[in-house]
Amino acid sequence: MRTEPDLIVIGGGSAGMAAALEAKKQGIEKILILETDPYLGGVLRQCIHTGFGLHTFGEDLAGPEYAARFIRQVEEAGIGVLLSTPVLEVTEDLTVRAMSRDEGYLELHPKAIVAATGCRERSAGTIAIPGTRPAGVLTAGTAQRYLNIEGYHAGKRVVILGSGDIGLIMARRLTLEGAKVLLVAELMPKSGGLKRNIVQCLEDFDIPLLLSTTVVEIHGRERVEGVSLAPVDENLTPILEKKWRVDCDTLLLSVGLVPETELFQAAGAPVEKNNGLRVDENLMTGIPGLFACGNAVKVHDLVDNVTLQGVKAGGFAAAFIKGE
Amino acid sequence: MEDVIVIGGGVVGCLTLRALASWKLRVRLIEKQYDLASGATMANSAIVHAGYDPEPGTRKARFNAEGNRLYPALARELDFLFLPTPSLVTAFGEEQEETLEKLLARGRENGVEGLSILRGEELFRAEPRLSEKVTAALRAPTAGITEPWSVAITAAENAADNGALLNLGEEVTGLSRLPDGILVTTDKGEYKARAVVNAAGVWADRIHDMLLPHAFSIRPRLGQYYLLDRKVGDLVKNTLFACPTREGKGVLLSPSVHGKLLIGPDAREVSDRELTPTDAEGLRFVRESAARFLREPLPMNLTIRTYAGIRPTPDTGDFIVGKTDVPGFYQAAGIESPGLASAPAIARELSETVARDLGAAKREDFNPFRRKQIRLNRMSEEEKRELISRDSRYAVIVCKCEKVSEAEIVDAIHRNAGARSVKGVKKRVGAGFGRCQAGFCQPVVVSILARELGIPKDQVLYDGPGSEILKGKVK
Repeated sequence: MRTEPDLIVIGGGSAGMAAALEAKKQGIEKILILETDPYLGGVLRQCIHTGFGLHTFGEDLAGPEYAARFIRQVEEAGIGVLLSTPVLEVTEDLTVRAMSRDEGYLELHPKAIVAATGCRERSAGTIAIPGTRPAGVLTAGTAQRYLNIEGYHAGKRVVILGSGDIGLIMARRLTLEGAKVLLVAELMPKSGGLKRNIVQCLEDFDIPLLLSTTVVEIHGRERVEGVSLAPVDENLTPILEKKWRVDCDTLLLSVGLVPETELFQAAGAPVEKNNGLRVDENLMTGIPGLFACGNAVKVHDLVDNVTLQGVKAGGFAAAFIKGE
Repeated sequence: MEDVIVIGGGVVGCLTLRALASWKLRVRLIEKQYDLASGATMANSAIVHAGYDPEPGTRKARFNAEGNRLYPALARELDFLFLPTPSLVTAFGEEQEETLEKLLARGRENGVEGLSILRGEELFRAEPRLSEKVTAALRAPTAGITEPWSVAITAAENAADNGALLNLGEEVTGLSRLPDGILVTTDKGEYKARAVVNAAGVWADRIHDMLLPHAFSIRPRLGQYYLLDRKVGDLVKNTLFACPTREGKGVLLSPSVHGKLLIGPDAREVSDRELTPTDAEGLRFVRESAARFLREPLPMNLTIRTYAGIRPTPDTGDFIVGKTDVPGFYQAAGIESPGLASAPAIARELSETVARDLGAAKREDFNPFRRKQIRLNRMSEEEKRELISRDSRYAVIVCKCEKVSEAEIVDAIHRNAGARSVKGVKKRVGAGFGRCQAGFCQPVVVSILARELGIPKDQVLYDGPGSEILKGKVK
């Protein structure tokens, strides 16, 4: 039987690892990180581009390097980690029920919990693009995983909808791997991506960014054969008279990220409009003893800021456990 | 030589195949698509209607009421998801209340049990969020909700467990009469059979016309739907209908067996029988039609999927079931709504007719039970504890949203009528049905399929041939 941890961190990405390390620094001995995937580091593992750690380490690191530094620290600090351990339920009285490949069914009663579950990508289904539903419509993050982890192309002639950072990063990445990125369409009159990404990922590769434009129809029977695009008016309504078709085999979506917080909502924790957990100035949610950090609170542009918030949440959780 | 060939692997074809397999007959199913349940069975309202809607005396009326009664036992035998969920046909004002009275009388004539008309407090207790503008509702307690594709797939699996043969991805291209039966020609070969059952869905008229002069046409209609996040799956307790019109039952609002909220459909006649695109106008119609059921606005921002399905509407107005003028050629055609509810009764009657005509006896060794499917996400805490202590592979969650484990996926691949594609996995175990729409789990499902089928990842299909997800290795 596992001894009861004082602190459980749900999610072993950048936010969760930072929180666990800080709590340990503040004197909390019994800490357990529960991670659904079979590895620590979360989405950083597939972010093989650089741009990580400029603030935290003063260095320009790739995602896996940034994650590796924290994974090493977690190991050195002797923080408990259970991988392949999805959490099934969290309750208002801080009971955590989880399944672990290695330890079976777990019911734990920590003194505090840090929610560090990150975010998910908005899907084609969520934004209800008209047309067919063939293979070849996928989110930028899924394509990134196929390319960087599995070593496979998800498409050769690609249209990207949405100019979020993952979409921009993937435009460059796909181009470098020999795919043709035809264009990036953005519904809004300006891109939500970082300026440096627009320059380095689109402009440097002559990939057009069409603002105030959206995909109005997906074509294709088994595989995407093309998409129809149209400009939108000031109410973001497509002007269908001006639509045109582009032949492509893939539609990549970078249309936003949503905090992954349903586990805590089910326990009664309130969320903001963005689906992020509502937190007070101590990063505590509506449930006493349940703290939150990283993209589960709000989607961050930079991992360094996620780490910073993780450190804070870990500190506040430690103080809570010590009764401060 | 086969005894019976069933053409079409939808809910009617698969249930008929299974019913035939309970007789001493050699049976084979031929399906054009790569997977079973790829046509009308894949995308519809998933309602097992009670049977108050069809005109008394029609085949629709008879099969619907009978089929509905068969569902609870069928769901136990085949272990598919079926949840009794009452229907409420809502009336807005006096004129529509008259329609309710007509439906009530019709339902009683059709032999539907337990029908009643609710008003006032009783009505709002049954459905607390119902709009105050609803003045009365016809309640049908025997209605239910299910997974239509699972009804078909589990029936085919059980038939195959009992010796039936399944030819998937094979298209029937011709039929001709033989002295002692029918010759079935496909794009892959020829089969002789003593009897053929036409259960070809949207293509049933074309199959019919291969042997007989043109007698009916299928006028395929498309219906579009919204699926909303399980966070609002309990918004309604019943399946809510508007009063039916000439155009059909209209837009409904229903819980799904997966705890989500289903809204739809519209109805639009289309020329392409297999392509099922959604369109902005139809989706708007669905949204606006459904908006009046409840006193609060529908949370459309929690949409996780929109889709469309095809319906094999016949120009005859009623189901076409039974013998034809060609000896040995039988049909179950034009099975539009309430086809899902009717299918078990159609299958039973049709198989009995065929078996009698062929002089076959019942098999004593037919096993009607499919091997139980483990569904982690439906287990109690105790059951999960026990399962995982016995087999830790069930703790490896692949689909985070729906909590589907790797072991469940592997099992679904290796059963008879098993999954061979990403969509096949989705249909059988629900991986990818959740709020992230497979963003997280699709790469893992692709890896599992590649490993279990012994193929490279870039040959793994999303659905049919040509739907490869990956386009080759990175250099």
